[in-house]
Amino acid sequence: MAYDKFTVLRSTAVPMPIENVDTDQIIPARFLKATERKGFGDNLFRDWRYNNDDTPKADFVLNNPIYSDEGSPRKILVGGKNFGSGSSREHAAWAIYDYGFRCVVSSFFADIFKNNCLNIGILPVTISPEFADKIFAAIDADPNTELEVNLPEQTITLLATGESESFNINGYKKHNLTNGYDDIDYLLSMKNEIESFAETRPF
Amino acid sequence: MSTAKTLFDKVWDAHVVRHVEDGPDVLFIDRHFIHEVTSPVAFLGLEGRQVPVMFSGRTFATADHNTPTLNQHLPVADPLSANQLAALERNATKYGISHWGLGHIKNGIVHVVGPENGITLPGMTIVCGDSHTSTHGAFGAIAFGIGTSEVEMVLATQCIMQPKPKKMRITVNGTLGKAVLPKDVILYIISQISASGATGYFVEYAGNVFEDMSMEGRMTVCNMSIEMGARGGMIAPDQTTLDYLKGRELAPKGEQWDKLVPYWESLKTDEGATFDVDLTYDAADIEPQITYGTNPGLGTGVTHQIPVAGTVKDGAASYKKSLQYMGFAENESMVGKPIDFVFLGSCTNGRIEDFRAFASIVKGRKKADNVTAWLVPGSHIVEAQIKEEGILDILTEAGFQLRQPGCSACLAMNEDKIPAGKYAVSTSNRNFEGRQGPGARTLLASPLVAAAAAVTGVVTDPREFI
Repeated sequence: MAYDKFTVLRSTAVPMPIENVDTDQIIPARFLKATERKGFGDNLFRDWRYNNDDTPKADFVLNNPIYSDEGSPRKILVGGKNFGSGSSREHAAWAIYDYGFRCVVSSFFADIFKNNCLNIGILPVTISPEFADKIFAAIDADPNTELEVNLPEQTITLLATGESESFNINGYKKHNLTNGYDDIDYLLSMKNEIESFAETRPF
Repeated sequence: MSTAKTLFDKVWDAHVVRHVEDGPDVLFIDRHFIHEVTSPVAFLGLEGRQVPVMFSGRTFATADHNTPTLNQHLPVADPLSANQLAALERNATKYGISHWGLGHIKNGIVHVVGPENGITLPGMTIVCGDSHTSTHGAFGAIAFGIGTSEVEMVLATQCIMQPKPKKMRITVNGTLGKAVLPKDVILYIISQISASGATGYFVEYAGNVFEDMSMEGRMTVCNMSIEMGARGGMIAPDQTTLDYLKGRELAPKGEQWDKLVPYWESLKTDEGATFDVDLTYDAADIEPQITYGTNPGLGTGVTHQIPVAGTVKDGAASYKKSLQYMGFAENESMVGKPIDFVFLGSCTNGRIEDFRAFASIVKGRKKADNVTAWLVPGSHIVEAQIKEEGILDILTEAGFQLRQPGCSACLAMNEDKIPAGKYAVSTSNRNFEGRQGPGARTLLASPLVAAAAAVTGVVTDPREFI
């Protein structure tokens, strides 16, 4: 399905400097029983966020009031190395989106998770480990520090200091995200070519 | 420039419908597997677009992730699970897709039933909304997991759009030691390169250790490629592959088979072809393995001690968090640690050879009183083999029961959940926090290590029994 266009995003961020955040943590399997794509944000990071009796865990970042802005959810999640590893469940990306995030930043993403984000209009931004450390330190010093993610320019900037880094994305995906197009739109436009190709397959 | 190609190049290049300028390749998909959990939203998407399934004969549906493993003849008790299973059946029927639902004689875990029925063939591209689709790479196919948007994409267009990954070759030569199974080989490799060491790569496994393996062993290895971050792993098809496939129900027959054999025999890496990364290990260095942490890279030889921070690739803070969750400490011995559950099953180790291995140790012994064991065959075909070969009698005599096929406690979506704080030696593929149930603690291992733990009640070196 088509999604919101992504151009320039300016937001405070939620820091999660933990390595190997797998998709079972992002959304545990027992919450994958829905047959529609809605409401997954309520169970985002469920077992890190809530105790067994459903009371919030005070020490988890999403429950920490210093990382919440009144009235509007933060739109940028900054994760540790190897973010989104494990299961291919797109529900993990849906949960992040449904909670309100539009951009995930990490020094290293797992492949399938990264694709899933791109396919639903979340921008995954890969930065150097050094810049990740700077961002974590900046948020640590001021939880309300703002980041700007500029997709047309392919830059991410710490607004307080002006420190900036560029990130990679291929031209095709960039075009899709900035216009809200998805791959199926593209593939359906080459239907005849695909059907001819299928004729050549030996099985 | 050399024209020598890798196995991966040969299969990938044969499926490129179009190369997008400054973008991904449009890759044609020969086979698409779907299951009840990651397909419903894809079908909703098709309906929203008012688009049909382009080639319904190239998609195969089975129910596995969210099915009970007891009393499958009764209605599914959990209404949400029942609803998901009904949605799969409804969608398959509506679009004319083959459906092996709960209770069907061919039902089982998608990555077990695909190969055992001859749906998976060398040289194919195969996808499924499940990361362990890498299993099918054992046949020399390019097989990998996809998200639900891509499931919709394949249903609508039989293609996906992916940039071509980099290439890694992992070679293991030599002779494997006593009680060292394919599971130990792959757990060892992941412990060496870490849970993210192959991210961005597609792996080819080479060397005599893989050449000498059965197809089931190769499937176990390729299955866990994703656990080091690789999109997939593959092994060149050979006589072992062809012998396994010949005569399988949906495999090509007669003249069609004969025509494909020369093509399949050409699917090997050419002399002089290059890889972005080339790693080599010695089979003699591999012991029976066990994991002690909360990602599959945190594993070691079963007789070893838990490493200290700084000697593993994970950062110190993450490593400490991992050991804390497990209730373990650095320098502790793994052997002798008390366990509560044993899980034999999953797309990694739920095939007949896994049950034979497990039975070889429990035969003539008794299940430890403190252990709850869940033995879950990968399919009804595996279940039937277990009975025909007399393995069920051995298991029953030793105090074990057999459950019905499905993914079960590997991801604990159904009722099969390890309770909080309990230790499970599992033949599955992931030891993440809460993977086998909220608060559950998982030790990944081979069927032999699982069997040794099941009869002693503690982590045990299986070589003591062989």
